[in-house]
Amino acid sequence: MSEVKNILLVGVGGQGTILASKILSEGLTQAGYDVKMSEIHGMSQRGGNVSTQIRFGEKVYSPIVGKGEADVIVAFEKMEALRWIEYLKKGGKMVVNDFEIPSVPIQQGLVKYPEGILDELVHKANVSVFKAGDIAARLGNSRTMNIVLLGALVKAMDVPGIDWEEIIRSNVKKGFEEINIKAFRAGADQVE
Amino acid sequence: MKRLMTGNEAVARGAYEAGLTFASAYPGTPSTEILENIVQYKDHIYCEWAPNEKVALEAAIGASIAGARSMASMKHVGVNVAADPLFTFAYTGVTGGCVLISADDPGMHSSQNEQDNRNYAAFARVLMLEPASSQEAKDYMKLGLELSERFDTPVMLRMTTRVCHSKSLVELEDRVEKPLIPYEKKIAKYVATPANGKVLRRKLIDRLKAMEEYSNTTEINKAEYNGTEVGVISAGVAYQYAREVFGEDASYLKLGMTFPMPMEKIKEFASRVKKLYVIEEMDPYMENRIRMAGIQCIGKEIIPEMDELNPDVVRKAVFGTSPETLKSEKEAVARPPVLCAGCPHRGFFYTLRKKKDIIITGDIGCYTLGSAVPLSAMDTCICMGSSISAGHGAAQALKKNGSDMKVVSVIGDSTFLHTGVNSLMNVVYNKGNSVSVILDNRITAMTGHQENPGTGLTLMGEPTTEVDIPMLCKAIGIKSDNIYIVNPLDLTETENALTDALSKDEPTVIITKWPCILKKFSERDKKDFDLSPKRYEIDQEKCKKCNICIKTGCPAISAGDPPVIDPESCTGCSVCSQVCPFEAIKEVK
Repeated sequence: MSEVKNILLVGVGGQGTILASKILSEGLTQAGYDVKMSEIHGMSQRGGNVSTQIRFGEKVYSPIVGKGEADVIVAFEKMEALRWIEYLKKGGKMVVNDFEIPSVPIQQGLVKYPEGILDELVHKANVSVFKAGDIAARLGNSRTMNIVLLGALVKAMDVPGIDWEEIIRSNVKKGFEEINIKAFRAGADQVE
Repeated sequence: MKRLMTGNEAVARGAYEAGLTFASAYPGTPSTEILENIVQYKDHIYCEWAPNEKVALEAAIGASIAGARSMASMKHVGVNVAADPLFTFAYTGVTGGCVLISADDPGMHSSQNEQDNRNYAAFARVLMLEPASSQEAKDYMKLGLELSERFDTPVMLRMTTRVCHSKSLVELEDRVEKPLIPYEKKIAKYVATPANGKVLRRKLIDRLKAMEEYSNTTEINKAEYNGTEVGVISAGVAYQYAREVFGEDASYLKLGMTFPMPMEKIKEFASRVKKLYVIEEMDPYMENRIRMAGIQCIGKEIIPEMDELNPDVVRKAVFGTSPETLKSEKEAVARPPVLCAGCPHRGFFYTLRKKKDIIITGDIGCYTLGSAVPLSAMDTCICMGSSISAGHGAAQALKKNGSDMKVVSVIGDSTFLHTGVNSLMNVVYNKGNSVSVILDNRITAMTGHQENPGTGLTLMGEPTTEVDIPMLCKAIGIKSDNIYIVNPLDLTETENALTDALSKDEPTVIITKWPCILKKFSERDKKDFDLSPKRYEIDQEKCKKCNICIKTGCPAISAGDPPVIDPESCTGCSVCSQVCPFEAIKEVK
């Protein structure tokens, strides 16, 4: 366990990456890892992208992950997966939510949303792609999309000995515990 | 018990544990959350938002003189505003311990410049501590208060964005109460007349020697000897990056106290390694001092002098290597920040952009986004409060040189109360004719919705007297007829006010008043404004696909054939329906 693992959660403001990162970091902390986490979300409320970087291991120095160093990247949005792919380690895993959020230059009609992102990603890396929003909606609450993605991420990370469901229980709103746990399991099922 | 905390949370916790009882700040990224976290300790710590950083530091100085432990926090450029009291406070010293937290922003994530405030500590000659993690942020906050009292000096706790905003584990401890130090009149110490100042200046120099001695012996300037080939001197978050890159074989001298620098310790360290690197973000602050002591080192000739460092940058600079990365032929489109759907500033900027032959001087806040396409309705942004003063200078220069151009200065409510008030006074006093527009969205929005003297609430959540902005403008000397209060979402009303104001050859003020759409509306807001949820849609039959609605820059509208409004994002501000020449955009009833 001396090796430091690097995880990236990337998406767009309002997608719930912050709660997912909070649960993830809490689980890792409780398991006794040294954990560092860095967030850049300065302008996220105004349409910007958000990224959370989590590093854990026996002793962690830098709070930020370098290019080519991420063991797992979970992208809450397709174009964000493309933006961050150079951070993926050779042999690392990527979880991608098949979901598009156009940015303002696209909405303004100045540029097009890039086509064929998924094809390209699948050819380049070990990628699991699914529609987390649809899975969450089928379970009865589309707002649990972030927990579906967290479930997939945790499966891809493969860190044993953490009771994730208990941590989810203590971090989500009262009355929404069960649906979130279902979402977490459904996400895990999406990753081999 | 260990808890995962941001550096900002940890500073607040450190202040609490150290028995501090007074805290003040003006919000500014990346420092804002320090005071927002202090509020949770409000039973023990009195805390407030000041109208600007100078006032915040002066209030903290007053609390220190009164015998309490105190602090003021601000972003790097805020220290420019607070520099006046800082330099003399360095002379007078303290009674209760006092820490100034300077949160620098290498890489300019959310700032107009990248100044390295370590230079301020050396310039003002105040003791400086630089944490590299959240644990250190808490520990150094506490140590800072102690050292402030021990050496009779204000202490600068110098943070950077990554230290402020990244989380790491912190061991919590209990608060130790610090009783007020009984007040004694100390005129020779605190009245900085020239005569007293000369004595204080001498004391400041003597104090520096004592502080340097401490710097050479303190545990927080720590040498870790591994190999003798390579030694690295570093501080702050740069140390963490250096540690990643140089690994276990190199030796390290990690500095927690960087003013005064521990020159003896540095000499000793340098003598025990063959090759010495100095790894620091931004200026060659440590490197210059090390070189001046005659010690050879490798620093800024390879390490960039600008932007944030990270392990990649350091590795590439030192070893010329980079990890293998996956490249994509496709490019992700940028996500530039924009004014939100429903932002009250949109209606104003849409109207302003149509005015010809004007210079628009802008200011610091969300509304600086009014400079972005398609609105492009702002020509300058220099510093807090500069819109009105720079606008006045421009207007007078244009007039003197026979130009017919007019000037519109645009400033937010919080920025106006920060330093814009002085600037408006200048416009009136010196008979200017610029149009000053105060965008009053009832909150300090950019930094995440902090109260200010115009909102009627304090940081601790108590109702208070609010500044009456129109009355303030009148008191400064703006004539009643020259003050326009408009709803910026009403384009006709806004247009009429602008046209009228621009036609006058005397100072005018337009106050656009509507709450920020992201704000948690107060009862007062709900009473004063119609904030009921509404939604608009495009009538596909009436739409002629001219895409004029796109020119509003609203992120709820997507261009197309025909354009569409996203029902989830639309807040019903109605600006698009007012600009549509074909009455094709209607409220959904």
